[in-house]
Amino acid sequence: MSFRKPHELHGRRFGRNLGLGIVLAGSVALIFGLTIAKVSDDSFVVPTQVEGGY
Amino acid sequence: MSDASLSASQTQPGDASFGDFFALLKPRVMTLVVFTALVGLLVAPGAVNPVIGFAAILFIAVGGGASGALNMWWDADIDRIMKRTRGRPIPAGKVSEGEAFGFGMALSGISVVMLGLATNLVAAGLLAFTIFFYVVIYSMWLKRWTPQNIVIGGAAGAFPPMIGWAAATGSVSIEAVLMFALIFMWTPPHFWALALFMKGDYHEAGVPMLTVTHGRRATRNHILVYTLLLTPVALALAFTSIGGPLYLAVALFYSLLFLKGAWEIWRRDEDMAEADGYANEKKVFKHSLYYLFALFGALWGEAILTYYGFGGWQILSVLG
Repeated sequence: MSFRKPHELHGRRFGRNLGLGIVLAGSVALIFGLTIAKVSDDSFVVPTQVEGGY
Repeated sequence: MSDASLSASQTQPGDASFGDFFALLKPRVMTLVVFTALVGLLVAPGAVNPVIGFAAILFIAVGGGASGALNMWWDADIDRIMKRTRGRPIPAGKVSEGEAFGFGMALSGISVVMLGLATNLVAAGLLAFTIFFYVVIYSMWLKRWTPQNIVIGGAAGAFPPMIGWAAATGSVSIEAVLMFALIFMWTPPHFWALALFMKGDYHEAGVPMLTVTHGRRATRNHILVYTLLLTPVALALAFTSIGGPLYLAVALFYSLLFLKGAWEIWRRDEDMAEADGYANEKKVFKHSLYYLFALFGALWGEAILTYYGFGGWQILSVLG
């Protein structure tokens, strides 16, 4: 284990990775929320119930 | 070789921070995009599921940001010259041009596809056209070719409320067209006021701004004419299904203020403007921002009043 102070570049990379992680987690949450909103809508029909669906 | 070009040529992919990528999305411009798109969505008839509404605004904002990133990629050469843009991520050497291009293209695709899935194809098509218009028609073609660049390019910034409306209704109506026209007509006097006091920038970068090609007198004339043309568009919205007395009062007040500022700009010459450090031009530029936020805010106010049964012109019959 190193006790050296991390380089500024590592701090920047960590910030970018953390930011990307938050964005990805947010995307998962948003797409899940959108799915729930879409299937809860009164006009939603399961594809197998559509005429000609299989 | 200038210091700027030296740092740009040394930019290595992978060195940028999260904030540098966020800056590529032009967050300040995005504020306007988010606000006008939100108003477009909220004033539209019919209810929108809050999750779908949130997603729609988010993807419109991401699409607007993506076009900003692609604009910065294309304009990196002139951004290095202009004082106002020298600190942007590419000229500052924080993000490489390739990264900005990839980032902008990826976000463009994601935003259009996701808006289409979340809402409808009309909204997604309008967003795709907006990105194309801003990047290809404005940035690549008009900006460096004609002094009318601001006039035609302003259409790109005018689309968000129309996209918001389309996201809620699946179509475009006269109200959406008038909201588009309001921003379209507002953009030229807003930017020309800026060009009057950002004197040397556009000239040094070789961008054919009206101030450079036709002179500052012609620019002052244009500001007055466009503000005069903007006023009937702003007032016309009051007499549509989304307008009403509240909007009319706000639109009248701010239109008179904007006209007064444009008149003062027209009356002044360069000597007068230089004497007070372009105080009036700066004031009009700032007021023009309040103008747009106030008018769209008033449309939102009408929508809230309508929800409680007091919106639009029906209030007169309620009071009568």
